[in-house]
Amino acid sequence: MARKFTPKVLTANDLMEGDVIYLAADGSWVRDHAQAEFIEDETIAEMRMLVAQGQPEIAVGPYLADAKMGENGPEPTHFREAFRTRGPSNYFHGKQAETASQ
Amino acid sequence: MYTYSDFDEAFVRERCKQFRAQVARRIDGSLTEDEFKPLRLMNGVYLQLHAYMLRIAIPYGTLRSDQMRQLGMIADRFDKGYGHFTTRQNIQFNWPKLKDIPDILDALADVQMHAIQTSGNTIRNTTVDHFAGAATDEIADPRPTAELIRQWSTDHPEFQFMPRKFKIAVGASTHDRAALKVHDLAVELVEQDGQQGYRILVGGGLGRTPMIGQVITDFIPKADLLPYLEAVVSTWNIIGRRDNKYKARIKITVFENGIEKMRELVNEEFAKIRAKFSGYDQKVLADLERQFAPPAFKNTDPSSLEAAVAVDPALARWVNRNTNAHKVENHLSVVISLKEHGKTPGDATGEQMRLMADLADQYGYGELRISHEQNVILPHVAKGDIPALFTALAKAGLATANAGLTSDIIACPGMDYCALATARSIPVAEQIALRVKELDLEDEIGLMKIKISGCINACGHHHVGHIGILGLDRAGVENYQITLGGDATETAAIGERTGPGFAYDEVVPAVERLLKTYLEKRNSTDETFLAAYRRLGAEPFKEALYGDAAKKNAA
Repeated sequence: MARKFTPKVLTANDLMEGDVIYLAADGSWVRDHAQAEFIEDETIAEMRMLVAQGQPEIAVGPYLADAKMGENGPEPTHFREAFRTRGPSNYFHGKQAETASQ
Repeated sequence: MYTYSDFDEAFVRERCKQFRAQVARRIDGSLTEDEFKPLRLMNGVYLQLHAYMLRIAIPYGTLRSDQMRQLGMIADRFDKGYGHFTTRQNIQFNWPKLKDIPDILDALADVQMHAIQTSGNTIRNTTVDHFAGAATDEIADPRPTAELIRQWSTDHPEFQFMPRKFKIAVGASTHDRAALKVHDLAVELVEQDGQQGYRILVGGGLGRTPMIGQVITDFIPKADLLPYLEAVVSTWNIIGRRDNKYKARIKITVFENGIEKMRELVNEEFAKIRAKFSGYDQKVLADLERQFAPPAFKNTDPSSLEAAVAVDPALARWVNRNTNAHKVENHLSVVISLKEHGKTPGDATGEQMRLMADLADQYGYGELRISHEQNVILPHVAKGDIPALFTALAKAGLATANAGLTSDIIACPGMDYCALATARSIPVAEQIALRVKELDLEDEIGLMKIKISGCINACGHHHVGHIGILGLDRAGVENYQITLGGDATETAAIGERTGPGFAYDEVVPAVERLLKTYLEKRNSTDETFLAAYRRLGAEPFKEALYGDAAKKNAA
């Protein structure tokens, strides 16, 4: 029996910078997980994957990651995706630094 | 030390040029990611969790001071000010941008370095004892052999698309400091009837199925090394499994066929190809042995070190912990610990790299090594220079006196960086180191090898840690399995799993209980943790981890 579809966001790495990006509802790529499109429908998820795969000049290795809706937008449900929203534990680098400088 | 020939120089420059064009074609859309990925991996470029990662080859862990200085420049100009030295004696930069990587490769070529074959199913960087050329217990410097293997294996047309990667280590000492028995192939320089030759082991490895290497030949003459290696790798390349990547390493081939069958097949292949080697490789080896001639050792007065040690306890402790006997009178090999308590194992800043390069020039004949334990070595330092060296290192936070102690932990990058990892390693290592410092037990515990991996690929060598820690994802939560009794030396052993894993915040207390149990149960202060474990067996340690007392402490 097929597994029940659970909500997702579509994520990848940026070609030039290598950092984590998310597909937003307007089709643009954003850096902030909370601004990603929250996908609750499997057919839409499949369509978004096709969109992402058609943009190799921007996105590398797109995939659908589990998410839940939080107060400010989608939030990751797994620790791996949570780490990808910020950066490494040992230095204040990656998205945590980018967020702080904004 | 080895310097590039005109051929090497032209070869590396051509690869840089090729890769620059490939990157340009990826950026302008002429190459898809599927087309580009194998090309970038051939040049050491990975795409990790948060960014690209560039793995740079440090052949047999040997660096000239100008090369270390250039790595520091790359860290500052193209990365975030630091680099990570690995258990394969390489360095990784964690934050390069794709467009900058061709410039980085050019900068490396300027100092005779590259990133070729640091990825892919090829023969990877050949590693050696980090005290090579200096150790009192070595037959000869193993690095000319390692360089010969590098020259033979680099871009070898038959060995670019093998079943899996292939890792070779070379040793020449009675005490194994290169983890020979857990490599796909180990070359051990030995003497028989007054003649130097090699003992060859195959089928060792860590990862999902850890195994100890087995002797495939007790002795081959020096002249037979390359044809014999070619016979081994070629045999595996043909019969090695390609149906399942987890079963594709030579250890599985040896396990499934048996060492006798493997020996028979290799000998058949060796007989076929031996004649194809003209003997030119022996001329190359002789030339390499001249290039690796030791420096002109200076004569300094060792009594100044004795006098300084007598009045400076910090220096005395550091000399006791972080120096190693040298084959030349009045010299020592120095371990610069990259394991300051609470810091990431194996990381050095650009500034620290430049300082180490300067100190190598000033006190170490311009030479540095990277150890598989993620430290930096100055292999040759005159005893009289040790106090000044210590003072300079201490000012830069590089004089942590913990070589071989509990906080001298190997840790892979784990899920803080690595796309393959399933849990974090670095913060676990940092917290263990901080805790043992707080307890002030390191000196009392003595020799202790803690090794941590963030996934079953075992880059942190957890299987051969006296205490091994393996981070895994258990139902969406980080979970850490503990193994005990592992050993990476000549008495190599795979650690035994103790029982269920521990949650992230339970690991440090669990390790603390193990350490305290050892201190309670050991015969004497001379009995190491590993010796005590071998004598006592797993039970008292399992009791410490899972018994009533452990549960009570956790409650």
